[in-house]
Amino acid sequence: MTVRVRINGEEKELDVDPEMPLLWAVRDVLGLTGTKYGCGQALCGSCTVHLDGQPVRACVTPIRRAEGHSVTTIEGLSPDGNHPLQKAWVELGVPQCGFCQTGQIMCAAALLAKKPRPSDKEIDQSLAGNLCRCGTYTRIRSAVKKAAGMSEE
Amino acid sequence: MTKLLTLISRRSFLEGLNLSVGGLALGVFSGGLAAAASDASTAKGAPGLNPNVFVHVAPDGAVTIVCARSEMGQGVRSSLPVLVADEMGADMARVTVAQADGDKVYGDQNTDGSSSVRGVYDDIRRMGATARVMLVAAAARRWKVKPEACEARDHAVFLRDGKRSLGFGELVADASRLPIPKAKDVKLRPKSELRMAGRPMPLLDGPAYVTGTAVFGADIRLPGMLIAVVARPPVVGGKVIRFDATRALAVPGVKKVLELPAPKPPYTFQFWGGVAVLAENTWAAMRGRDALDITWEDGPNASYDSTTYREQLTASIREPGTVARNVGDIDEALASAARVIQAEYHVPHQSHVPMEPPVALARVENGTCEVWAPTQHPQAARGVAAATAELPEEKVQVHVTFLGGGFGRKSKADFIAEVVWLAKEAGVPVRVQWTREDDVRHDYYHSVSAQQLTAGLDASGKVIAWRHRTAFPPIASTFGQATRPSPADLQQGVLDLALSVPNVRAETCEAPPHVRIGWLRSVYNIFHAFSVNAFVDELAHLRGTDSRDMLLEVLGPPRKASLQELGITALRNYGASVEDHPVDAGRLRGVIERVTAMSGWDARKANGRALGLAAHRSFLSYVAVVASVVKDDQGRIRVDEAWVSVDAGTILNPERVRSQMEGSIIFGMSIALHGAVTMKGGVTEQSNFRDLKLVRIGEAPRKIHVDIVPSELPSGGIGEPGVPPVAPAIINAIFALTGTRIRELPVSRTLSV
Repeated sequence: MTVRVRINGEEKELDVDPEMPLLWAVRDVLGLTGTKYGCGQALCGSCTVHLDGQPVRACVTPIRRAEGHSVTTIEGLSPDGNHPLQKAWVELGVPQCGFCQTGQIMCAAALLAKKPRPSDKEIDQSLAGNLCRCGTYTRIRSAVKKAAGMSEE
Repeated sequence: MTKLLTLISRRSFLEGLNLSVGGLALGVFSGGLAAAASDASTAKGAPGLNPNVFVHVAPDGAVTIVCARSEMGQGVRSSLPVLVADEMGADMARVTVAQADGDKVYGDQNTDGSSSVRGVYDDIRRMGATARVMLVAAAARRWKVKPEACEARDHAVFLRDGKRSLGFGELVADASRLPIPKAKDVKLRPKSELRMAGRPMPLLDGPAYVTGTAVFGADIRLPGMLIAVVARPPVVGGKVIRFDATRALAVPGVKKVLELPAPKPPYTFQFWGGVAVLAENTWAAMRGRDALDITWEDGPNASYDSTTYREQLTASIREPGTVARNVGDIDEALASAARVIQAEYHVPHQSHVPMEPPVALARVENGTCEVWAPTQHPQAARGVAAATAELPEEKVQVHVTFLGGGFGRKSKADFIAEVVWLAKEAGVPVRVQWTREDDVRHDYYHSVSAQQLTAGLDASGKVIAWRHRTAFPPIASTFGQATRPSPADLQQGVLDLALSVPNVRAETCEAPPHVRIGWLRSVYNIFHAFSVNAFVDELAHLRGTDSRDMLLEVLGPPRKASLQELGITALRNYGASVEDHPVDAGRLRGVIERVTAMSGWDARKANGRALGLAAHRSFLSYVAVVASVVKDDQGRIRVDEAWVSVDAGTILNPERVRSQMEGSIIFGMSIALHGAVTMKGGVTEQSNFRDLKLVRIGEAPRKIHVDIVPSELPSGGIGEPGVPPVAPAIINAIFALTGTRIRELPVSRTLSV
């Protein structure tokens, strides 16, 4: 069966089971591997993508829910990796192993789109669903604030 | 060296990848470096200077430096190759970092034991120095001057009078015709000439990480590849009795169902056995596995129950064990002590749960085997792959991807054995994908432990006797027969603890294994640092002494404690000699003094803060941590601030040292507050991040302060030593705040966190 989705600005027709989670459609069918599998149950946030600008966990979102909607993955966040969050992330050396970071950035991007100057509490709440086993949390907070143009304490 | 450059042709085999040609993501693939390219003449096919397997200079001056250790978040690719470039005088802007395949030509590649910098610091510099010496010699000949009149910097060789220079590229042809100097004849630069080492370095792979182009284990696709998801026996040593694959095979996309043979103990790096479902995509493979109907035989480990086992370990530490360290007469001292204090400590199993669960890709065809995997131990992976494919090692290539976390889990090659067996059997390339549940249930767990500490105080309150009993199933049980820790296992925080106490004994007690035991970031130091630092804090409170002063008193004056003083005949010492890396009480005192000064320890009561302190030597480094805890408005314990002081000798990349210490605080917090894996009926009770809790961003301290002790001593480890002091610092702070003494981790068993 065919599912029509707009992914990173391009119309795509996917011949997949409509129940297939968006994560696997993006990774296995479209080859967009920046979106990561970490838990499969919306518990870790590694698979976060935007559905019409809202952050969703792709691992529990059937592709049919994206039918006729617009999906943005990390590959589509910016044309050449120059989103303010991506720049701040590199400048502050946030990533350690890097695996969860695309999900963290996608979540943070949705936050900044809604709240251009978030408080620490808002950052923590927005990213509460994104695990990082390496422990980059303090730098994530700093990088979100830097990207938002907020001075660090 | 030709082979280094074959990554371009190899890339054509890889579909569906958004590989940038900037060298970042692409740099992960070095292609095979199976043949030793140890002299420049082998560079015929790819012109250039290639004095050893780590360095290549192309005729256009482009430099390739090989990183032989795996990148798993410690920043090794941003550190070791920079040291090589620094020694060469190369400009990092013109350097591509290539990732080595698993091959003995690189020496030890095991990315484990916090060993990537310590021990190899000068050896790796020598790789760059050899290239420099040859480039300088070529320039000196051209100018008809002595090499001493030249210097290499900024990707060129300069005449010291500053009048002439030649770029590396212009010198490659001449240099590559020169004999390669013997390593012992190559002189390293004076450290003062190094421009990058010891200074903060940029994160080489940062752009690849934040754009999603970094290639991890699951990100490579081969034509005709199938994805495998495996139903493994729920209990270690269990077997498939029968299975019905009818419903699994009916799932659209499922192509094959294969039964894996069951392993025999010892389990080493063997796969688990079970039934694999192979499908066109991951989701179909997962659904196919769900549709399998399998009857298991659990075997003898089905009796394993964490609650019962805790009692068994408790009984074990209440009896004398095998003596591993002895000074004076502990029995006499305890009998004559004015006061005897005893406490027992428990730490449960922990799981590694790297954010990337185990995953690997293999192709076995035409008498060759090729593996792509996030492995910490590329040579072990190669050996396991060769044995599984029944091929000689030279027919096996192991390409190392980025690791989405390792923490010790990805040193074990079980998932590589599994994928090679499946690819061989299926006759097509196979990627095995572990689900998070697979990862949690089939880990090589950090060992469960119980410890009893007993101190005797004389009438003045001085500690005159110290007895430490420890029981945990050792890692050796995964590789052979072992039912209690060996004395050598106690190097991790028991034998190498300097004590200013005249009567000391350490004993190892019985603890038979029922699961696969493996090493987790900082290993046995986790529970040894916990018990020792918690016990000293208990002694301090019982005696009415400041905890820092008590810790310094028990450690004694600054000195290098000899084996004789420690009461041992040998110390494994993380593979280093005690001459180079003595047990230095002065350095441990140093980090304690620095961290307490930085955290405002002396003013803590006036400031109304509940602080806890702990310090530990591990992996040849010395780390002290102060944690501050508060209760939030819901009465939950929170770590609101943390301070770390680390003395790791010579530091290569202070920026990544900081990030490792920050990460260690969070990792240690997960162990302290939440971490526990428990078994019932031999089956792991946890399955995913719902019941296996890790620290989330809202729990992270608002500030982590890191202090690095300036030192020119030989390098110690960095990735692990930050972890052991974290949990005891937290529980000591909790005591200061609440008066509740935590002797069993995680804290969540006792208090709301």
